[in-house]
Amino acid sequence: MPIPAPPTNVRVVTFQIDGRDYSAREDETIIEVARENGIPIPSLCYLEGLSTWGACRLCLVELAGSPRLVAACATQVAEGLQIYTDTPRLQRYRRTILELLFAERNHVCSVCVSNGHCELQALAQRYGLDHVRVPYRHVAYEVDASHEMFRVDHNRCILCTRCVRVCDEVEGAHTWDVMGRGSDCRVITDMNRPWGASDTCTSCGKCVQVCPTGALVKQGTSVGEMTKDLHFLPYITRRRHNR
Amino acid sequence: MSAPAKNPAKIRVATAWLDGCSGCHMSFLDLDERLIELARQIEIVYSPLVDTKTLPEQVDIGILEGAISNEDDLARAQEFRRRCKRLISLGDCAVTGNVPALRNHFKLADVIDRAYRETVTLHPQLPTRDVPALRETVIPVHAAVAVDLFIPGCPPSAETIWHVLGELLAGRTPRPSDLTRFGA
Ligand code: SF4
Ligand code: SF4
Ligand code: SF4
Ligand code: FES
Repeated sequence: MPIPAPPTNVRVVTFQIDGRDYSAREDETIIEVARENGIPIPSLCYLEGLSTWGACRLCLVELAGSPRLVAACATQVAEGLQIYTDTPRLQRYRRTILELLFAERNHVCSVCVSNGHCELQALAQRYGLDHVRVPYRHVAYEVDASHEMFRVDHNRCILCTRCVRVCDEVEGAHTWDVMGRGSDCRVITDMNRPWGASDTCTSCGKCVQVCPTGALVKQGTSVGEMTKDLHFLPYITRRRHNR
Repeated sequence: MSAPAKNPAKIRVATAWLDGCSGCHMSFLDLDERLIELARQIEIVYSPLVDTKTLPEQVDIGILEGAISNEDDLARAQEFRRRCKRLISLGDCAVTGNVPALRNHFKLADVIDRAYRETVTLHPQLPTRDVPALRETVIPVHAAVAVDLFIPGCPPSAETIWHVLGELLAGRTPRPSDLTRFGA
């Protein structure tokens, strides 16, 4: 998203990404600068136009001189930083994170409505994830098909909370929220009532469009039929910003 | 294709399907006329596609389709591992458990009841002979034996199989993710 004219007191800083020099406003995050410059950093919870969540940890990058990895979506650039986005260590961690996501709930791509249009599946392929080394949990999660237009399949949910944030921050309905801990954690609608019984949902479909996986889909879609369109989001947020 | 080992230089390949639908083997057959070219370089020493009934002691490349769902699947995977220099998991069922593993959400007794009693109208009975016992949990092949190469896909395309075998025969290590993915 083209950033509106900077307030006068925001400095421009210079730093390196993967050995090349860049400069940007100091209030920009590493992932924003990377996206503007075509440097691929994987992400699942980050979505341009929504607030930062920093939960999936796929966007971890290395900083020279620091043993700690930082989330590129939740870290601002600073003068003199040397950022590395694709080291063998990062590749190893990213692969492991993806494997854990596949093992935690139930992803059966061959019969999934989002087969071929899924961010998780695409990242797995991009990072050479051709098998999962940890045991699959094989615990069944609920499917709520009570909404007349949409369906939530918790088996495919990776808890990125994009749905929660878009519904709250963009649609203003705040139908979604998060409940429970650990493997019981899940997204809920209206105080954990069936989605179809929700008083707040406007049926706008924004949550479905931003969901990176086959967890939120349109009713009546069959294997591979669910495609998503994220373009509305930067458009809406830019228009609001400009007001 | 099961020509006797006249040419000792040929790569010896064995294949089997465990709990799969045979789709991965069909995809292999989709190589069509390229099978003739392949037959110049490899010899299929054991497979549902040829007549041989026993797995030879020494095999260069073993290819398994399907998940491990019953005791026979497990024994065969172990035998393949012992006798094959390289073992390949072909297709999502072998690689992830895929559709066969969907039954893991239910108790085994309920699954058997559903298949052999609830849905049968005439003389429902449980099989006791000639059918290997189902295991409680369906697992991918590599959860039981070490696997050297994984080819995801449901099924992996003939193109993918052609590429992977070609790379192996040329002595290189293929990267299946360049061509295929889970659910491809
Ligand atoms: S949500 Fe994505 S990764 Fe999960 S089963 Fe569907 S296509 Fe595969
Ligand atoms: S359809 Fe719109 S209002 Fe309803 S839950 Fe989704 S984002 Fe919120
Ligand atoms: S339903 Fe989709 S958007 Fe919401 S948390 Fe789960 S994966 Fe993310
Ligand atoms: S994209 Fe940064 S933590 Fe998820």
